[in-house]
Amino acid sequence: MRIAIIDESAARAAVIEEGLRDVGLSELAIFSERRGMIGKIEAFAPDVILIDMANPQRDELEEVFTVSRALARPVAMFVDQSDAEAMDAAIEAGVSAYVVDGFAKARIKSVLELAIRRFNAFARLRDELDVAKSALAARTSIDAAKALLIKKRKLDEAAAYALLRKTAMDQGRKIADVAEALLTAEKIMGGL
Amino acid sequence: MIDRLRVGFLPLVDAALPILAHEFGFAEDEGVVLDLVRDMSWASVSDRLLYGHCDTAHMPAPLAIANTLGLGRPAVQLAAPFVLGLNGNAITMRPDIAAQITRVGGPGNIAETGARLADLIKSGKRLRFGVVHRYSSHNYMLRYWLRGCGMDPNTDVEIVTIAPPYAADALESGEVDGICVGEPWNSVSVERGVGVIVAVTAQIWRRGVEKVLAVKAERLAADPGPYHRLMRALWRAGEAFVDPTKLERIAAILARPEYLNGSAELITGAVSDQILFATGAGRVHVPDFMFQHREAANFPWVSQAAWLYAQMVLAGHVEHTKARYDAAQAVFRPDVYRAALRQLGAPLPGASAKLEGGIIAPTGVGSVQGRLILGAVSFFDGRTFDPDSLNTYLAGG
Repeated sequence: MRIAIIDESAARAAVIEEGLRDVGLSELAIFSERRGMIGKIEAFAPDVILIDMANPQRDELEEVFTVSRALARPVAMFVDQSDAEAMDAAIEAGVSAYVVDGFAKARIKSVLELAIRRFNAFARLRDELDVAKSALAARTSIDAAKALLIKKRKLDEAAAYALLRKTAMDQGRKIADVAEALLTAEKIMGGL
Repeated sequence: MIDRLRVGFLPLVDAALPILAHEFGFAEDEGVVLDLVRDMSWASVSDRLLYGHCDTAHMPAPLAIANTLGLGRPAVQLAAPFVLGLNGNAITMRPDIAAQITRVGGPGNIAETGARLADLIKSGKRLRFGVVHRYSSHNYMLRYWLRGCGMDPNTDVEIVTIAPPYAADALESGEVDGICVGEPWNSVSVERGVGVIVAVTAQIWRRGVEKVLAVKAERLAADPGPYHRLMRALWRAGEAFVDPTKLERIAAILARPEYLNGSAELITGAVSDQILFATGAGRVHVPDFMFQHREAANFPWVSQAAWLYAQMVLAGHVEHTKARYDAAQAVFRPDVYRAALRQLGAPLPGASAKLEGGIIAPTGVGSVQGRLILGAVSFFDGRTFDPDSLNTYLAGG
């Protein structure tokens, strides 16, 4: 089974590719660059095309599928019309699939299920990364605010942190927010 | 009881009515909560609607017909009980070509522009146009204009699909020579200096139908209440859309990241019919560039669906049969419009179809409620379309 993966996010495409390779599907190709893509897909002659639902190119692809002689008329599908649960899962995950007409449905189903799992795994990874990033950003501003207090208020590090924490508790805010506010004030006041 | 409706849309200026119905609280007033679901392709909007992930959607009128006829997807009967707007698109060409066919900077005589374009093509120039979707009014109005100016849109030019966000890039790289797209994407090309507007679609078919509110016919029949409420909220959103005192607020809302994620300045231009035809030319007022409310603009005339179907046949997108023609016309649902808007006091036309292109000057028409005067509804070439004489029309008569 030849599978084309179209994704503007090369990282997600790699995550999907890895999952498919793990189950022994090795005839894979990833397409991320819009320019010249149609020709390359035609040359690859896939049986199944996976594409993220948020990709604006879906309309361009469907047009090509309708008129192309080189591509054997892939059709938009979500497993089987009767399989509402799988369709829902695919839409929720944001993956859509095209399959060359007449290709064995049972085989597509497992590929799509796997793609859905990988899409979801990627979304989780990205969420975790966002959390880690904002934690890091908070850490950085707390450290900078502490340094400012040490310098301006002549406090030691423990006392600087205690002051930030007490202010946050008194105001019902996060320590990182108080630190941010302090740094902003410092910036606006020009170190006065 | 509060109903929740998930509404699919694409980030375009003509998605304004559902967005404003939500933001201005009109939906809430009617007892319906809208969850707006933004997508980036009509394929995704269709999938969500057809597979029940959205309850209704902003959709090009011809695509609602195509989905009903099963073109590209398994056939699902859709209903369009409310038109979300008329016109609002433009044809933008590469500056070097525009300079050869039009007076750059303003709205020209598009019959003359088209004649010069035809000469250019006869002299051997191969041109490629991009439209936003195979089954879009953009595609059919472009084709209508080309045909009306003596070109065969099926053989004399190439027409491909280009998603709106790529339109400016495609013009710049020479991938296409012209595009027919909605706002703000023409303005984006003009502002980048890679395109010049040579025609607006209001010049091709004045009061031509654009996006509709699409819903699965089965869903609408089973539970019409929430949809009626939504339509009343949309009607009030249209009232707000044409109120000049709200212009700034509307543009600011539409420009937000969760909606169009674009420039409030460019959006203001489209909403207020102030069009920038070419870089440095200054904005020009094009009356009724977008037409979202007055003259029962939201009424789904069955004859509009019939006209679109005729263009789909001419483009070779559908093979004409009586059954398909009936199914296409049945997508437009004036009966639902009347049932939903009766209590608002909105003007309600008495007829469900009209002679398209047949109104040259403002004319009073029969209504079952309110006084209704329709402005010019005309095609640039003066042809008319009578839905009862499709075969004659298709034969060129």
